[in-house]
Amino acid sequence: MPPQRQVRVGNQWMRARDAHKALEEALRVMKEEEGHASGHHQSFISKYVFSVDHKWIGIQYGFTALCFLLLGFSLMLLMRWQLAYPGKPIPFIGNLLGAANAPGGIMLPEFYNQLGAMHGTIMVFLAIVPLAVGAFGNYLVPLQIGAPDMAFPKLNMLSYWMYLPGGLIMLASFFVPGGAANSGWTSYPPLSIIASHGQTVWIIGMIFLITSSLLGSVNFIVTIVQLRAKGLTWMRLPFFVWAQLVTSFLLLLAFPPLEAAAVMQLMDRVVGTSFFMPSGLVVSGQALTYAGGGNPLMWQHLFWFLAHPEVYVLILPGMGIIAEVIANNTRKPLWGYKSLVFASVFLGFMSFVVWAHHMFLTGMGTMISAFFQTTTMIISIPSVIILTALIISLWGASIRFTVPMLFALAFLPMFGIGGLTGLPLGLAAADIHLHDTYYVIGHFHYVVAPGTIFAMFAGIYYWFPKITGRQMNERLGKLHFWGSLIAINGVFFPMFIQGLAGVSRRLYDGGAQYEHAKPVLHLNEFMSIAAWLLLLAQVPFIVNFFWTIFKGQRVGSNVWQATTLEWAATTSPPLAHGNFHVTPVVYRGPYEYSSPSYDVEDYLPQNYDTGEDPGPTHGGGMLHGEAVAQKES
Amino acid sequence: MTTHDVHVPTLHAAHDAGHHEIEIPHTVHPRPDTGLYNGKLGIWLFLASEVMLFGAMFSALVLIRTSAAPGSWPKAWDILNWPLATVNTFVLIGSSVTVVLAWANLRLGDLKKGKLYLFITLLCGLAFMVIKSYEYYEKFQHGYLPSKGNFFATYFLLTGLHGLHVLGGMVVFAYLIGPGAKMWEKARDQYTNRVEVTGLYWHFVDLVWIFLFPVLYLL
Repeated sequence: MPPQRQVRVGNQWMRARDAHKALEEALRVMKEEEGHASGHHQSFISKYVFSVDHKWIGIQYGFTALCFLLLGFSLMLLMRWQLAYPGKPIPFIGNLLGAANAPGGIMLPEFYNQLGAMHGTIMVFLAIVPLAVGAFGNYLVPLQIGAPDMAFPKLNMLSYWMYLPGGLIMLASFFVPGGAANSGWTSYPPLSIIASHGQTVWIIGMIFLITSSLLGSVNFIVTIVQLRAKGLTWMRLPFFVWAQLVTSFLLLLAFPPLEAAAVMQLMDRVVGTSFFMPSGLVVSGQALTYAGGGNPLMWQHLFWFLAHPEVYVLILPGMGIIAEVIANNTRKPLWGYKSLVFASVFLGFMSFVVWAHHMFLTGMGTMISAFFQTTTMIISIPSVIILTALIISLWGASIRFTVPMLFALAFLPMFGIGGLTGLPLGLAAADIHLHDTYYVIGHFHYVVAPGTIFAMFAGIYYWFPKITGRQMNERLGKLHFWGSLIAINGVFFPMFIQGLAGVSRRLYDGGAQYEHAKPVLHLNEFMSIAAWLLLLAQVPFIVNFFWTIFKGQRVGSNVWQATTLEWAATTSPPLAHGNFHVTPVVYRGPYEYSSPSYDVEDYLPQNYDTGEDPGPTHGGGMLHGEAVAQKES
Repeated sequence: MTTHDVHVPTLHAAHDAGHHEIEIPHTVHPRPDTGLYNGKLGIWLFLASEVMLFGAMFSALVLIRTSAAPGSWPKAWDILNWPLATVNTFVLIGSSVTVVLAWANLRLGDLKKGKLYLFITLLCGLAFMVIKSYEYYEKFQHGYLPSKGNFFATYFLLTGLHGLHVLGGMVVFAYLIGPGAKMWEKARDQYTNRVEVTGLYWHFVDLVWIFLFPVLYLL
């Protein structure tokens, strides 16, 4: 008997007899749905509010995080007014900010501090991480590994419902007496211990967010380890899934020390302990009543023990997205897939032993500085490997310049600038000059803004057709891309110049009172205008986003001709709850584009059965129980 | 004539969340290549994060104590009630044994004995908390509050967090003895797994105390 021929159903390649079965099942389901159209609907609450479906939770995360992203951005736009035109009333909205914050529309220094602290907190904990991990991870990981849902769907729901209250608590802190937290997003004691009530609210909000990400990270790791489809071995996982796995380990192990620190800070503030309060502290000429004997540096250690791995939590999912987009748009396998995987795992390990390079100037000693400076130089190696592999992947490709690919291509040099400008900061000697200047701000914003946020945009444009069944408008997308790319460099590049000139960060007037800042002070206005233009450049995106949801062009299930399971095995938009009518079996690696051994199309989906054996993995996976491996002769 | 395997994929009715939950693989039975069911891997990961949480607090204790002014750190055995804490240590160790016996009996199919041992475990947890509360009461009587100094701050921080963990375990045990036991009829293996996973957590809580007792009371 000749080998069985394949037929194609939608985008699913399968043996004819399997296709027949699947279609029968589909018919049965459709009939049943018609039959139950009125009777068995899930309630609105359980379907859309307290949903346990990973796809809907991903959408909840995504929408909430995008709102916080815009909010965090607008706080910065207010600050940029103050930096460009210190002491001048804010136009249009200045009077709406309240007399306690901006009397006569002129921002008070206290309010500026609140905005700064909350901008950082919102962007890191409420916008980027929930978007990168909560939204993209939730939506895509189960689909890419061929799982019906996350391992613990209810925990997944709980994770979102810890995140949202955490975020709302943070926002509520603007309305307590004394306003929101104003000791920076790093909340260094003793300042944060003696700060106004907003800081207590901040800590409580943080504890919610930490709990949320702990629940999420356990769920992700279990899902990836346990629920991979049959044949999906570790080295066949899409790089995005690897990135999410490493990210989850970082969240799992790095957040608890911050939780410990947050509890101690809460106790210092509320119960009057002295974990972070040194003896003999005098504030404004008044001796404090604390027992003393605490150690303010301890907070910095515990904080950065989280916050440095957090940097990799911010960037790794972005790199995962970029890898997917690049492989798809270069129409060839990623260059150095294994190097990418091992580099990201090594990056994860190393990120736990570099934290004190944020503390070179605290006087912790040259021995410790030397140690952390060495580990910091070592951690740059895997980052460079990842970036290099992605760049070499472009070599010799006939690139499709789609909107997601444009963002991915821009990510490479932008993250390159962000990463390379970090090296001088990692060297203790150079850091003496650069520490706490605008150079630092420029450095990490290049990593996170045109780095991670561009990766997020690439991901949104790339997976939008999967999520909604409609493709975003390309012309508006390009407008969004070019506007953002130019404006964002206008915001952040001058920061390097100011920083090298020695202008400190967190100055209410942008450095106007310092003689050495005078030559570079004019850049403040330029950066602020660029920031407002950056807001303008987001308008086409917002319009495109909502217009596409309702009116956008409908497209097929695999609009980008991609190989990974999320495209090949489900319809677009995917099913309501549950992912696969036919549980996929994986036969090959994730990026079989332009395979010389396959000449029907230029892509060979992971689940397309060419008659090969699915590989050395066990027969468990999704084929548990009733699934039978039939012998045919 | 060629011979090869044909994989007939499992067909799921995917829209049926309204009728019954979609089935997540390996919720009850281990995945062959990892040898773990989902809950067991989940609890180990959770415990790893707990190690980091308590680890950070232990580190804080070490840092604060080693940097305290010479002679300023009180002698713990003069202030803390170490005989009561010794009793508590044995209470917790005993409860770690009974929770294993509960699981073993459930594996043997004996719900009655399993629940009995769970109940004894719960009682041990209660005994621990009563003794601990008495210790706290003693301290408060002498005006030893967390704000008095870092010796007390770390003592209350570490034992307080540990106490919350004991309390959390007790809530789960109460659930497993009470409404949670209904699962035995329909999903015997899953119920047994839940007891096993809770037991792993309970061992961890026990282990934390084994570290806390000498570090806080005896050193």
